Amino acid sequence: MNDNVEKRRSERTVDDVFAQAMAEPDIRGRSLWVDAWHRLLRNRAAVVSGVLMILIVLAVVVGPMIAPWAGDFTDWDNTSSPPSLETGHWFGTDAVGRDILVRTLEGGRISLLVGLVATLVSLVIGVSYGAVAGYYGGMTDRIMMRVVDIIYALPFMFFVILLMVVFGRHIILIFVAIGAVNWLDMARIVRGQTLSLKNTEFIEAARACGVDHHSIILRHIVPNLLGVVIVYVTLTIPQVILVESFLSFIGLGVQEPMSSWGALVNNGAQDMESAPWTLVFPAVFLTVTLYCFNYIGDGMRDALDPKDRA
Amino acid sequence: MSKPVLRVQDLSVTFTSLAGSVFNRQERQIRAVDGINFELFAGETLGIVGESGCGKSTLARAILGLLPPNRGRVMWMGDNLTELDEEAMRQRRKELQIVFQDPVASLDPRMTAGDIISEPLWTFYPKMARLQVDERTRGMMKMVGLLPNQINRYPHEFSGGQCQRIGIARSLVLNPRLLICDEPVSALDVSIQAQIVNLLQDLQKKLGLALIFVAHDLSVVRHISDRVMVMYMGQAMEVSEKERLYRKPLHPYTNALMKSVPVPDPKLAAAARRENWLTGDMPSPYRRPKGCVFHDRCPFKVKRCEADVPPLRRMENGDRVACHRAEDLDLSVVEA
Ligand SMILES: Nc1ncnc2c1ncn2[C@@H]1O[C@H](COP(=O)(O)OP(=O)(O)OP(=O)(O)O)[C@@H](O)[C@H]1O
Ligand code: SF4
Ligand SMILES: [Mg+2]
Repeated sequence: MNDNVEKRRSERTVDDVFAQAMAEPDIRGRSLWVDAWHRLLRNRAAVVSGVLMILIVLAVVVGPMIAPWAGDFTDWDNTSSPPSLETGHWFGTDAVGRDILVRTLEGGRISLLVGLVATLVSLVIGVSYGAVAGYYGGMTDRIMMRVVDIIYALPFMFFVILLMVVFGRHIILIFVAIGAVNWLDMARIVRGQTLSLKNTEFIEAARACGVDHHSIILRHIVPNLLGVVIVYVTLTIPQVILVESFLSFIGLGVQEPMSSWGALVNNGAQDMESAPWTLVFPAVFLTVTLYCFNYIGDGMRDALDPKDRA
Repeated sequence: MSKPVLRVQDLSVTFTSLAGSVFNRQERQIRAVDGINFELFAGETLGIVGESGCGKSTLARAILGLLPPNRGRVMWMGDNLTELDEEAMRQRRKELQIVFQDPVASLDPRMTAGDIISEPLWTFYPKMARLQVDERTRGMMKMVGLLPNQINRYPHEFSGGQCQRIGIARSLVLNPRLLICDEPVSALDVSIQAQIVNLLQDLQKKLGLALIFVAHDLSVVRHISDRVMVMYMGQAMEVSEKERLYRKPLHPYTNALMKSVPVPDPKLAAAARRENWLTGDMPSPYRRPKGCVFHDRCPFKVKRCEADVPPLRRMENGDRVACHRAEDLDLSVVEA
């Protein structure tokens, strides 16, 4: 008797809870992306770097449009003039009177473009190559990864320099050359991720529910790969920019009148003693950018790290 | 009873792995599932029990065509599932569902509970109206004891038990006829295990499912099963009606498993430990013993056991056992 009352009471509460829950609006979920974003926002170095990066990108894109000079304009009245507000050359000019500020911003366009495009090339090749190797596994995987190992063992710089010498210096070639070598890491990372994802229970659960291969890759594998890929992309961009700078520095990069931060640093280094500003400003932009990308990448890695989730 | 809905005949799965150096390649084979036979009737629950690594999950996957068997047939409502092509099998998946061992790992961490539960609906009925899908999803959530207003939450925002409820909802959303639960509770807290088992039992009655419930522990399947199959090294040792099996196991291995069931009373537990005959470890799956696979751990072993493989024989009462000495052993359980 008593038991029954007790039971009915507890039953009612369960029903009440449900009734109440039905009346309430849906609770909003926090996806892993949102979680990661909040963690990233708590990372001060990454946030500062992000803001700086936005400013640099804005300056590089908009700056040359509103500047009073073109990058190749030579101001014969002010050659090798130091930074000054009066002349209007805030960062000074080089030996032939070109404005360092405008040239730095224009060079930034090229440097960032090379970074983005070459990374994109390595992203596309690397992700598709790695995903195919990982998803099909077996012999396909073994052959594909051996190929990667072999290319990996080639001396990369030598390879790029050879390409430049044979085909001449062309900016497209720089994109392709750097991207074509950088995809190796991407392929390895993506392959490893795909391999372990393929064997997870949620992929098997999807198969058991009748989901076809195509949808499994699109709906389950790719979204779960994305985190790692994004982190890797952010860390590849500065690497590529650095490689381009190095190539330009040794005289194999972009050609005049086009310039990049690496090329400007190269020019500046030649006049380092007489006109140090020609070296300092592009070098600062280059360094700050590299640091920013690295901090953002590190921050993203920490934010997306699944170990943090527990 | 009527005709069985599922009839598994001589089902075998062998895994091959390469071992040794490049110059001395050896193929090693594991017979993870080795000639399993059983049948299952509509609305019936079969418990499958065996130690870790005995091939329970592999059996479950082979039945559902998630990995290809080397031999044998899976007859489902008159069709041999192992012979269906990929698309035909995919269509059949509406009727055959599974709940996995690890509740968290079996849910895509980047999808909401609602997306996970409704994925089978989208897959098979892509034209279904959004509202209808939503309604059905919420209905399933309520049925498995989840608050429907949590539909937009992600797996990491639920507890293990709740995740398993999501998994159960997903497996039932298409109204399957057969549900295989592969150790659905072994990753959960003891306090939650009973809730999930009860939920599955209720749902099975309500929906008239044929249920296969896998566990590594006889006590877990005791309440839910009608019959129990005991597996050892990929083979069936005993397939018995539940009451009889718990009263008087026919196979020494079943008996040993029963002794290793945790006993609440400490005095009894000590006695059980003393009498726990399950000595030694399971032999390496690569080197399967000749004769009876259980012979090197069996306290009742006789000469014959090392040479002859005991077939799975049907006893008078309809139970089946693979032991030479089934008749002359009395393994009755003395209830304290
Ligand atoms: N994909 C695979 N490749 C090779 N061997 C495998 C594979 N899957 C399972 N095995 C082996 O087959 C045997 C049976 O494994 P299975 O997962 O079916 O056991 P189980 O009874 O489900 O164990 P548990 O209780 O731990 O889940 C084990 O020895 C295991 O190592
Ligand atoms: S056949 Fe022999 S070794 Fe095998 S279980 Fe029976 S008595 Fe033990
Ligand atoms: Mg298992």
